[in-house]
Amino acid sequence: MTVLSKKDDISVVLCGEAGQGIQTVETILAQAIKRSGYNIFSTKEYMSRVRGGQNSTQIRVSSHRVSSYVKRIDILFALSSGAIKHLEDRISQDTFIIGDSEHIKSLGEGNTQKSQKKSQLEIDQNYNFLEIPLIKTAQEMGGLIFANVIAAGVLSCILNIPKEIFNSLIHDIFARKGDEILQNDLKAGEAGYDIGRELMDFISGKNQLKLSVNLEVKDELFINGTDAVGFGCLAGGCRFMSSYPMTPSTPLQGFLAAHANDFELIYEQAEDEIAAINMALGASYAGARSIVATSGSGFALMEEGVGLAGMIETPVVVYIAQRPGPAVGLPTRTSQEDLNLALYSGTGEFPRIIFAPGKLEDAFILTQKAFNLAEKYQIPVFILTDQYFADCYYNIPSLPLNDVQNENYLIKTNSEYKRYLITQDGITPRGIPGYGEGLVVVDSDEHDEEGHITEDLVLRRQMVDKRLKKFNQMKQDAIPPELIGPSDYECLVVGWGSTYWPIREALENIIKTDPNRKISFLHFKQIYPFHKSVTEYLERAEDVIIFENNAQGQMANLIQLETGLKIQEKLLKYDGMPFSVEEVERSLKKFMEISDTDIPSVMGVSK
Amino acid sequence: MKPKDYDMTEADVAWCPGCGNFSILRSLKKALADLEILPENLVFVSGIGQAGKLPHYIRGNVFNGLHGRSLSPATGIKAVNPELTVIDVSGDGCMYGEGGNHFMHTVRRNPNITNLVHNNMVYGLTKGQASPTSQKAFNTPLQVDGVFLEPFNPLSVAIALDASFVARVYSGDRKQTIEIFKEAIKHKGYSLVDIFQPCVTFNRVNTKKWFKEHTYYLEEDHDPLDRNMAFSRAIETREYPLGIFYKNLNKRTFEDNLNVYKDEKSPLFQRKFEIDKIRALVDSNR
Repeated sequence: MTVLSKKDDISVVLCGEAGQGIQTVETILAQAIKRSGYNIFSTKEYMSRVRGGQNSTQIRVSSHRVSSYVKRIDILFALSSGAIKHLEDRISQDTFIIGDSEHIKSLGEGNTQKSQKKSQLEIDQNYNFLEIPLIKTAQEMGGLIFANVIAAGVLSCILNIPKEIFNSLIHDIFARKGDEILQNDLKAGEAGYDIGRELMDFISGKNQLKLSVNLEVKDELFINGTDAVGFGCLAGGCRFMSSYPMTPSTPLQGFLAAHANDFELIYEQAEDEIAAINMALGASYAGARSIVATSGSGFALMEEGVGLAGMIETPVVVYIAQRPGPAVGLPTRTSQEDLNLALYSGTGEFPRIIFAPGKLEDAFILTQKAFNLAEKYQIPVFILTDQYFADCYYNIPSLPLNDVQNENYLIKTNSEYKRYLITQDGITPRGIPGYGEGLVVVDSDEHDEEGHITEDLVLRRQMVDKRLKKFNQMKQDAIPPELIGPSDYECLVVGWGSTYWPIREALENIIKTDPNRKISFLHFKQIYPFHKSVTEYLERAEDVIIFENNAQGQMANLIQLETGLKIQEKLLKYDGMPFSVEEVERSLKKFMEISDTDIPSVMGVSK
Repeated sequence: MKPKDYDMTEADVAWCPGCGNFSILRSLKKALADLEILPENLVFVSGIGQAGKLPHYIRGNVFNGLHGRSLSPATGIKAVNPELTVIDVSGDGCMYGEGGNHFMHTVRRNPNITNLVHNNMVYGLTKGQASPTSQKAFNTPLQVDGVFLEPFNPLSVAIALDASFVARVYSGDRKQTIEIFKEAIKHKGYSLVDIFQPCVTFNRVNTKKWFKEHTYYLEEDHDPLDRNMAFSRAIETREYPLGIFYKNLNKRTFEDNLNVYKDEKSPLFQRKFEIDKIRALVDSNR
C-alpha cells in the first residue's frame, strides 16, 4: 500500500445508485469543504434513470484552485455493491476504498466482458479496502436513511473538516424538518466522525493530508456552469424563456423558472421545441429579450425557427447544452458534437454568432453579451455548453458583474417607420409593436423594406446583402481566443468550450516539470465568426494539436475552412466522458515526445 | 373608425377573383373599425398559405412567420405585451395540419388572442391537395383515390379541450361574420372562429351553393355555456351549424396567470433592469 499520491489535492469519489441519496452526501460535503477554507471542484456522471444504475460524483479538495476533472481517485466511498465494478478503470493501488462490507467485496463476483473472475486474494492484494460498519450503524440510528449523513461524517472527518462546521451544515439542511430529525442527523454525523477517526488511526502514517486552509475561499462563490449562464441571462436583461425539458439543458430552464418571479421574466414550458423557439421569437418581436434552452435533438426541431430569426432579423439567444448523438444518443453524457449543427442550422444564408465558454466567468459574461449582440445585430446568438460544463461546480472569487453593460437597441417608431430600411451597415433600427406610431411588419417570406411579402428579384438580392453585411461589424466585435502560455511558443494546443480547464491544468503540470518547453494553449470561446487574430496565432506555431469531444474534429475542420490551415494532430474523445487532466497530459507528452514516467498510470486489477 | 382606415392601398393582392378571403378581409376591417382598435395596437400573426397573406392586406403590425407555427409567436407577443390586440389569421392547413399540436396546447394555455381559421377544405397555395378538413371521397392530384381520412373537426376538439370561445361562420354571410368577429375579439381568452369559405379555384365540391345548402344557424335559444350541448352540436356533420357554439367565461387567461403582471401591468419592454438585485442573488451563492 502506498500513500495518497497528492496530499494537498485529494480526489474523492462517491458512487451509488440513483435514488439512493448520494446528493445529500454531496451537498453536505461540498459546503463543508468550502466553509473549511479548502478549494473544491465537483463533477458528476450519471445514468439516464431515476432509480438504480451507478452514478458517481468526483469532489476534488485542494490547497490550490482546481477546476477540472481528474481520472485519479484517491478516496472512493462506495455506497452500492456495483460501485467498484463501475469505477474499476479509475481505481489504482493508491486508491483507498471505503464502504460497508456489503458494498466493497463484490468485485470478484460476476463475470463480465470487461474483467475475468478474480480470486479474493488477488483483489485484497491490489486494493486498499477500508471496511466500515455503515449499514449496521445506520440501522442502529434508526434506519438506512441515516447512511448518507454517516458517510458525510466519515469523509468530513478524514478531510479534517472541523466538527462545528459540519454540524452547522446539518442544522442548515435538517432544521426545517423538525427537531427530532435534526437531532438524529446530528447523532448520525457524530457516528460518522467516530468511524472516520478509527480509519484515520488505521491509515495513519500512510495518509497524512496536507491540505492547507485558505480562509478567503469561505466567502467565494460556489456555482456550476448552469448557474453562470443563468446569472448571465439575468444580467443580459432576459425577460422570456420558452423551452422544452431536455437533459442537460433542463437545469438552466429550472434556474430561470426559479428566478422568474423575482426578476420579472416569463418561463413557459412549451409543448415542443418548435413552439418554444417560435414563442420566443414572438416575445422578442414584441420587445422582450428572449432565450430558448435545449440539446441536440431538441435543437434539431428548432432549426426552422433559427432560419425564421435570420429572415425576420429578430434577436434570440439559443442555449445548446450538448450531449452525444445522433438522435437520443447518450442523454446524460457529454460531447462537443453539435458545433456543426449550430453553425449550419436553418435554411438559407444569414449571420449568427456562436459562443462556447470554458470557465464560469466567461459563461456569465458571454451569456450577458449574447443578449446584447443578438439585439445589436438582430440575429440568433448561440451559447454552446455541454453536460460536463453545465453540471460541474468550483469556487471562484466573483463574477465580472462590473463589466455588465446593457445597451438599448429599441427605438420608438414614427408613422414612416420601415422595419427593413436598407442601411449602410445592414442594421435597421428596430421598432416593436405598440411603441410609437409606426407599424412593425416582419415576414418569413422575402420582403420589401416595409416588411411586406415580395417576389421582386432585385429587392431579393438587396435584402440578402443587407442581412449578410452585418458580418463586417460582427467580425470587428468578435472576441479573440485566449492564449495561455508564452507568446513565443513552438507547440500550440487548441481547444474550445468546456475543455479549457483540463487542457490548462495538464499544460501547467507539464510546465512544472519542464519549464523551458515552448508550449502554449489557444482557447476559443467565440466559435463563430472568428476573430482576425486566429490565423496568425496558428501560423506562428510549428506544431498544432487540438482536443475535441467529438469524432470528426468539427472545430479543426472549421479552422481549416476559415484559415486554410490544417491542424496535424487531433485528439478526439467521443465516449461520452470529458477529457481528464491525465489523459490530456499523456497525449501532449506523447505528441511532444516527452517521457511519460512522471505520470502515475492509472491501473486497475483488470489491466 | 371606418373600415377604410385599415386599407392597404398599395398591396398587390395574390388571391383569385371571387375568393372567400375578400369577404373575410372586408368583414374583419368592419369589425375592427366598430371596435375602434388602432392599427398600431393591432398585431396580425400568420403562417403560410393564402389565408396567411391576409395580414399584408390590412393595416396593422404583422408577424408572418412559419407554416403552422403562428399560435406560438402570437402567444409570445401577447405574453410580453398584453396591451396589444393579437389576431392570428390562419388556414385549415396551417392550423389543423402543420400546427395541430400548437392548436391543442394553445387552447389549453388560453392566451387572450383571437384565432381566425379560413377553412375551405382544400390547399390553395400548393394548388389543390387535401387539407385536414377535406371531406371524404374528395379527389385531388395527390389523393387520387379520394380522401379516406376522417375530416378533422376543429370545433369538437376545441370544446373537448374546454376552449374559452368557439364559433363557426360562413364567409358569405358578412353580417354574422362581422358580429362574431367582434364577439371573438372582445372575448377575454382564446377564441376560435372557424370560417367556412369557398375556394373558387381548387374546390369544386364545397362551393358557395354547397355551403348554403349544408349550413344552418344555431337556434336563438342555444346556450353557449352548456358544454355538453355545444359538443353535440359541434359533431353534427350532415348539416353544419353556424354561430357561437361555446363560451367558458370562468377561465383565467394565460397572461392573467403570469406572475409578471401580478403587481405591475406594464409591458415587459418597459421594465427596469436592476443589477443590484442580480448582485444580491449571485452573492447568495457565497
